[in-house]
Amino acid sequence: MKPGRLASIALAVVLLSIVVPARAATIQITMENLVVSPAETSAKVGDTIEWINKDVFAHTATAKSGDFDVMLPPKKSVMSVLKKAGTVDYYCRYHPNMKATLKVEP
Amino acid sequence: MFTRWSTAIAAAILLSSPALLQGASAADKPTDPQIAHIAYTAGVIDINAAKQAQKKAKNKDVKAFAEDMLRDHEAVNKQALALVKKLNVMPEDNDTSKALSKQAGDKLAELDKLSGAAFDKAYVANEVAYHKAVNGALETQLIPSAGNAELKSLLQTGLKIFQGHQQHAEHVAAELK
Ligand SMILES: [Cu+2]
Repeated sequence: MKPGRLASIALAVVLLSIVVPARAATIQITMENLVVSPAETSAKVGDTIEWINKDVFAHTATAKSGDFDVMLPPKKSVMSVLKKAGTVDYYCRYHPNMKATLKVEP
Repeated sequence: MFTRWSTAIAAAILLSSPALLQGASAADKPTDPQIAHIAYTAGVIDINAAKQAQKKAKNKDVKAFAEDMLRDHEAVNKQALALVKKLNVMPEDNDTSKALSKQAGDKLAELDKLSGAAFDKAYVANEVAYHKAVNGALETQLIPSAGNAELKSLLQTGLKIFQGHQQHAEHVAAELK
C-alpha cells in the first residue's frame, strides 16, 4: 500500500470520528420558488433545522400536527430546535401547495 | 341580481383569456416595457381589491385571503420594480393596462355597494375570475412574449404564486356556499 493512500485513509478515519458522535446537527431546509427542498428530511431530536427562505414571499413551516409553526420572512433564515420525535407533515399556511415531510428520530 | 352577476363574470373572463391582450393588438407581441407595465398593473389591481376587502369583509377566511393577496402581490410588485430599475426599463402604459384598470375601477365601485356576506361572496368570486384571467394571460401571452430572461422568470414565479391564489380563492368560494 502506498503511503499516500494510507494517509488518506487515516484522514478519513479522523474525519469520520468527528462526524460519528451523535452530536446535535444543523440541517438546512430551503424554500425557493415556492418549493420546499428537500421534500423529505430526516433528523433527530435535539437537531437544529435552519429554515432558509430564498423567496421574496413570506412563508411558514407549519406542522399539520400543530407541533410547530415557524414564520419565515422573505429572504431570511430561521433556526428551530427539534424537540419531539415523530414523522411530521408540514406545509406553508400562505401557499398550501408547499408541502414536505420531516422525520424526527428520538 | 343573477343576471348582473353572470354579466360581470362574463366580462371579467372576456377581459381575461387571450382577449385580454387584444388591446395591445393580437398580432404584435407586447414588448418588455409593456409586459412589465401590465404585470405591475395587474398586481396593483389585486392589492386595491384586497384593501377594500380588508375594510369590508366579514368572514374570517375572506379576511385572511385578502391579507394573503396583499402580502404576495406587494412582494411581487416590489420585485418587479427592483427588476425594471436594474434593467433600466421604463414600464410603458398601453391599452391592455388601461382596459385592466378601467375594468378594475368599475369592479371596485360595484363591490363598494355591497356589504356583509354579499360582499364576501362577490369579492371572492371576482378573485377567482380575476386570477384565472391573469394566469391565462401570463401563460399564453406575457410569458411567451417576454424577451428578457429575468423578466420571464419573474413572470413564471408570479404565475406559480397566482395559481396558488386561484386555488385558494376557489376553496374559500366553495366554503362560502
Ligand atoms: Cu409560502
